[in-house]
Amino acid sequence: MSNAKTLYDKLWDDHVVRTEKDGTALLYIDRHLVHEVTSPQAFEGLRIAGRQPWRISSIVAVPDHNVPTTDRSVGITDPVAKLQVETLDANCKEYGLTEFDMSDIRQGIVHVIGPEQGATLPGMTVVCGDSHTSTHGAFGALAFGIGTSEVEHVLATQCLMQNKSMNMLVSVDGQVAKGVTAKDIVLAIIGEIGTAGGTGYAIEFGGDAIRALSIEGRMTVCNMAIEAGARAGMVAVDDTTIDYVKGRPYAPSGEMLEKAEAYWRTLHSDDGARFDKVVHIDAASIKPQVTWGTSPEMVVAIDDVVPDPDDVEDSVKADGMRKALAYMGLEAGTPIKAIAVDKVFIGSCTNSRIEDLRAAAQIAEGKKVADNVKLAMVVPGSGLVKQQAEEEGLDKIFIDAGFEWREPGCSMCLAMNADRLESGERCASTSNRNFEGRQGQGGRTHLVSPAIAAASAINGHFADVTQ
Amino acid sequence: MQAFTQHTGIVAPLDRPNVDTDAIIPKQFLKSIKRSVFGPNAFDDWRYLDEGGPEIDNDSRRINPDFVLNQSPFDKSTILLARENFGCGSSREHAVWALDDFGFRAVIAPSFADIFYNNSFKNGLLPIALDTDVVDDLFNRVAAKPGLEVSIDLEAQTVSCEGEKIADFVIDEFRKHCMLNGLDDIGLTLQHADEIKAYEEQRKQSAPWLF
Repeated sequence: MSNAKTLYDKLWDDHVVRTEKDGTALLYIDRHLVHEVTSPQAFEGLRIAGRQPWRISSIVAVPDHNVPTTDRSVGITDPVAKLQVETLDANCKEYGLTEFDMSDIRQGIVHVIGPEQGATLPGMTVVCGDSHTSTHGAFGALAFGIGTSEVEHVLATQCLMQNKSMNMLVSVDGQVAKGVTAKDIVLAIIGEIGTAGGTGYAIEFGGDAIRALSIEGRMTVCNMAIEAGARAGMVAVDDTTIDYVKGRPYAPSGEMLEKAEAYWRTLHSDDGARFDKVVHIDAASIKPQVTWGTSPEMVVAIDDVVPDPDDVEDSVKADGMRKALAYMGLEAGTPIKAIAVDKVFIGSCTNSRIEDLRAAAQIAEGKKVADNVKLAMVVPGSGLVKQQAEEEGLDKIFIDAGFEWREPGCSMCLAMNADRLESGERCASTSNRNFEGRQGQGGRTHLVSPAIAAASAINGHFADVTQ
Repeated sequence: MQAFTQHTGIVAPLDRPNVDTDAIIPKQFLKSIKRSVFGPNAFDDWRYLDEGGPEIDNDSRRINPDFVLNQSPFDKSTILLARENFGCGSSREHAVWALDDFGFRAVIAPSFADIFYNNSFKNGLLPIALDTDVVDDLFNRVAAKPGLEVSIDLEAQTVSCEGEKIADFVIDEFRKHCMLNGLDDIGLTLQHADEIKAYEEQRKQSAPWLF
């Protein structure tokens, strides 16, 4: 039998503390990211049981879901949200945890700030009470979302009981066309394998088109592994990874870096490693993507039309499509580019990094948001992303074009704060979920790349950027 | 955690695939810092005709009469019957808390999203994955006989209906053990504290930059 291991196998094996007879493993967690929504009950559980956090240096906390993206000086006006953020502050203070609070320039979306600070490193196990923790797999880390009971478990024991997933390789072969982004790649993958296609698997994204992506692009792809059903997505370590990590505040330096780098260079699947499932996607065939329905797998190319449920044989699927069309207020056969948008949201842990903002600004520069668009907003992923964008003058481009330039946070991706859609409003959104009500009850979400979102804001309807 | 051994109850049919955790408990309720009281807002957008929130009295809201859980006898159901990829999306454990608080003890579906599946076991809610054919058959039976009861035996790993076994189900041995006995995971893990410390010592040597 070959000893060749997949990247996932290596990451898994390096973190197993013990294994039960049925294969359930106790897995050691290197980095625990914490935010305000899924942690209060975990801290409460810890307190009731009289337990202490096992390793406080592994924890980085930040409020992101509930924070306002408007003027921070007035604080949070929603008393329920305010209490939740204050509860995080109090818990971090009580246990002596590192927190980037609302007044800290480093505050931002948990999946943006982890990598930005070098708190996410290759070879780590990274968990957070948030399903988009898969983002951190872009660094060749094993990163996955957990529930609140597991947050408490990691706080108390630094470990998790886990069953090993199966190995899947999604290889995006060849090169994408100009204007096709990481977001389009991952939406095309989800369209191909479905939202349950990765259930039970850890997905490694490989192939030339993935290798060619920047680390930020890889984060966008891994971020949406969960939308393909996989708790974890990952990309092998290469120069791109290591160049990004070097010099960040929490990253090792000097001799320690040399030692780490030698290990990090081993974090790739071996030749001959066995995958339980392999999917090949032709990069050249991928066009800019737009979702039309209420599940991320309901996606088509921008030059396509809204699909017809009558063309689908599977009755459960066809019925799901009809429900989605009714909710989205769309008719089968409508060209995607003919669909007008009411709001545009550029942000979220999927697409709020500096490269995303540059891509959107490039489209918006010198143009104006269309009259029919009620609100176009740009929400940077962190205070530092915002600062950098402002240094590059991106804020001015957006503001001149009629976009709102906001403070960092999760914002309209899930609409826990004041940023939301009204019932019936249609949004071109760079976020990750188009579920019913996700961006506000009755709101209609279309997932797109930052470039397409910007182009749609300018044109007032979905518009291509590759032509 | 409450133990699960056997349970018999009314089955509620939720006939749509990919029911996500945003649908099970919408985001505005996640602002709570408590674990309980999510039941009245389970499936909130489908259950009520007007928009709800953490500070809105549910008794004053308009009920959606077309939603299955608002209809008798399904308002008393304790087993939820669903389609594939149930519980997809966000990791929010509030979804499980909401189902549990509503009164559900088990969910039967052809498949579950991983994080939801995991979260269920931490709260004594049993997720049972059955073949699509068996699930289809159960939907038909419930349609023919609303109020139909199903019995679940975790020890035997069986689902029965009207006196006959209709399916066996698969569950990891360790999860089954914890569920049958209502064991506290953290307590179990801390029994291995020495092994965790030994692992840390070894990692401090091999990967010192992590410490």
